[in-house]
Amino acid sequence: MAVAIHVNNVKKQYEDNVVIRNLSVDIKSGELFTLLGPSGCGKTTLLRMIAGFNSIEAGTIAFDDKIINDVPVYKRNFGMVFQSYAIFPNMTVYRNVEYGLKNKKLSKVEIKKRVNEILDIVQLAEYKDRYPNKLSGGQQQRVALARAVVVQPEVLLMDEPLSNLDAKLRVEMRTVISRIQKELGITTVYVTHDQEEALAISDRIAVMNKGDIYHCDTPERIYSRPYNTFVANFIGSSSMIDGTVTAVGNTTKIKMATGLEIEMNNMVPLEVGHKVIVGVRPEEFIVAPEGRGKKSIVKLKQFLGKNIKYDVVFEDGTEIEVCSDTNSAERIYESGEKIYISVNTKHINVFDKESKITLIKGVHSNV
Amino acid sequence: MFKKDSSDFLKGYRIDFWSFITLISLIFFGMFLIYPVSRLVINAFQTKDAVGVFSFGNFVKFFSRAYYRSAMLNSIKVTFVATILTIVIGVTLAYITTNFKIKGVKAINIMIIISMFSPPFIGAYSWILMLGRAGVITTFFKNVFGVTLPTIYGFNGILLVFTLKLFPFIYMYTKGALKKVDKALGEAAESLGDHGLRKVLKVSLPLVTPTVLAGAAIVFLRAFADYGTPRLIGEGYTVMPVLVYNEWLSETGSNAYFASAIAFIMIFLAIVVFILQMHFSRKNYNMSMLNPPEPKKLNGAGNLFAHIFVYFITILSVLPTVYITIISFKNFTGGSIMVEGFSFNNYVLAWAKAKDSILNTFKFGIIAIVIIVLLGTMFAYVTVRKKNFFSRFLDACIQLPYVIPGTIFGLMLLISYNTGFLVLSGSAALIIISYVIRRMPYTVRSSAAILKQINPNIEEASLSLGYSSMPTFFKVTMPAMIPGIVSGAILSWITLIQELSSTLMLYTSKTSTMSIAIFQEVNRSAYGTASALSTILTITMVTSLLLFFKLTGNADVDM
Repeated sequence: MAVAIHVNNVKKQYEDNVVIRNLSVDIKSGELFTLLGPSGCGKTTLLRMIAGFNSIEAGTIAFDDKIINDVPVYKRNFGMVFQSYAIFPNMTVYRNVEYGLKNKKLSKVEIKKRVNEILDIVQLAEYKDRYPNKLSGGQQQRVALARAVVVQPEVLLMDEPLSNLDAKLRVEMRTVISRIQKELGITTVYVTHDQEEALAISDRIAVMNKGDIYHCDTPERIYSRPYNTFVANFIGSSSMIDGTVTAVGNTTKIKMATGLEIEMNNMVPLEVGHKVIVGVRPEEFIVAPEGRGKKSIVKLKQFLGKNIKYDVVFEDGTEIEVCSDTNSAERIYESGEKIYISVNTKHINVFDKESKITLIKGVHSNV
Repeated sequence: MFKKDSSDFLKGYRIDFWSFITLISLIFFGMFLIYPVSRLVINAFQTKDAVGVFSFGNFVKFFSRAYYRSAMLNSIKVTFVATILTIVIGVTLAYITTNFKIKGVKAINIMIIISMFSPPFIGAYSWILMLGRAGVITTFFKNVFGVTLPTIYGFNGILLVFTLKLFPFIYMYTKGALKKVDKALGEAAESLGDHGLRKVLKVSLPLVTPTVLAGAAIVFLRAFADYGTPRLIGEGYTVMPVLVYNEWLSETGSNAYFASAIAFIMIFLAIVVFILQMHFSRKNYNMSMLNPPEPKKLNGAGNLFAHIFVYFITILSVLPTVYITIISFKNFTGGSIMVEGFSFNNYVLAWAKAKDSILNTFKFGIIAIVIIVLLGTMFAYVTVRKKNFFSRFLDACIQLPYVIPGTIFGLMLLISYNTGFLVLSGSAALIIISYVIRRMPYTVRSSAAILKQINPNIEEASLSLGYSSMPTFFKVTMPAMIPGIVSGAILSWITLIQELSSTLMLYTSKTSTMSIAIFQEVNRSAYGTASALSTILTITMVTSLLLFFKLTGNADVDM
């Protein structure tokens, strides 16, 4: 039932405004594929092109081998969950879910069976005679999901489905979505700007910016080895520090603007003097004992329970964010105190200063 | 309000159901609006003696003769003065009722709305019965005090009727706007040292001025277009709509060309007023409202004056309707002379005389309202959801009837469908078409307003579930639009069952309606039957209006 989606060199423009220049991506059958990016990056536009709500100015989109550019929306056989839920306000929960099935040539018994089945799965059976205005946001979200999947579509499209829910419900609903998607094995394209949500539910993620995909891979690989500085910044927050290659050979030595020196063993061949950017996540900085690491000053301390967050400033004025694990911390530093910082080089990323692309060996954008 | 993306598919260059509806709308308005307007314009520039030759003859004739010029000046004068008076009364009333506690303000609101929706010619005729030569009040003053009241006929009478009939528009508009003026603004003004009248003039009024002007334009256009009132109460005071009618149905021979030229001048003046209003109202203050104004209790003389003013205006505005309703049960001899005693005689006689007219009103009205609802909701959809050249053109077509007086609309349809490829003159169809075009804007506007509140995502959800655009509209969009459609349709209905001016041009003995019958009975001085018919019309109108209040849940009408 599930299909692969092939997006080939598509272009989207509104009058003179080109939103997507030339984008290609292959989404595998049955996977949950996430388009992740800041608002205005073109992720929703791409989703709506797959749905058929947006025209395609150039290129093709195909479900398996079938090009769907000219197939009208209502013949594309997909289910969609909208950010606004888009529940029909004039129909009960039951009628909403039944709506799509009534259009297919099914017996009344079959329709009833399927609606009840899905209402059980999304735990809405007891609300089936309610009107949407009597439902909470989370419940409306479940109706939307049930309505979209009950027709057994080839593709499920989800446009920021959780962004109108509160934090707790969001976590709960993403588990529901993940479970149902795996159970039914529907190829799913999921749009979000929330990196945590994307990491949690996706089989693969495409990080988008300015109408292009910058990096497409599994959540783990995108997180640990981001293809460029944009991806690194968007997935988690990294301190980006300028640096220069000082020695090459078996290992690459880099001197950072803060004065810190690091030695890397997983980088592509470079020349001495090459300008780089070192991306270090707050947890990859180490609060070192006095004398080891580089001297700096704590500007602000925030105690978060499990972690302690420090805003730290080096002598050259560079500010970084450091996250230290409460359990393994020897002591807690207060604002204004001296602190010595070093770097755990195992997980850090180094980028070319000019192109902003990673210099770590074996990392591909897969675009 | 919704993401820019959302309406992309709705832009629709793809051929679908909506292309078809757009095509229908273009044909419909092309045939019954654009073509008639062009015929009128072409007519205006040729004279009766030299048909087919371009000429300014009609305009030369119009402006060179004192009779015609004075009719134009009369029209402008009475309309202008009436507009000023309605602004003064309407704004004052709106200000008092929003800011001060007035006892029975809800009932007052409803009474004012009812008077707004009663046919103006009934008002005229009622005032004649009260203040005319043999009117009850006139006679009373003469017999008891020996005082001769100033004449109601002519300028004074028209002005009285226009003012009382039209101030509710200003009142409703201004009240709506004043309700959106944050109470804190007034308090801020006071804290800065402005209070009392100064505060009102410097803070509240400037904020609602654009709205007041929009209301004033409506008042102006209505007063300018009204045929019934000046015809009944104007006597020698001729105004332009009457002139058009007379030129068309002149005893010395109809002159469609000259009538068209007068109509052309009228439409031109109406468009000028419309454009001026747009220009002066374009500054629309976007007010973020946190604290709605709360009516305060007034004390002493202020309280007394406020109450007297509000009650006096309200009573004056409903008086004609109430008076007509009462005398509809009085006994008359010879049809026009009131005698002692009450009975249903007038109703019996009215039914015998005007049964067909009564039935026609409902027959034409129902057919027209069905067409209005069907076309109006779909046209509203096209104008809201499909942003392209055709939908903008359609939007303009829907608005255009606002500036075309009924008499002229009738004239346009007549000169277009009297002869030629499609002869419709004298048919009920033409009357219904004129109702549809002239009264559809209410339904379209209110349907469009609610549609703008509906997230296009629900339509996309339906499309994604396998329904094409037509079933999507009828199964999802239209049901969600119902409240807006119904309230708009009721306004269309109320205004079309009392339509007089275009019907007067288009009717024949077989297609007469209630308002025509009333008009004829009044002209014949058959006041008994006229009042009975008026009461039937008024009751229908009030019932529909109450239904409207019930459905919309408040006593406000957004015109």
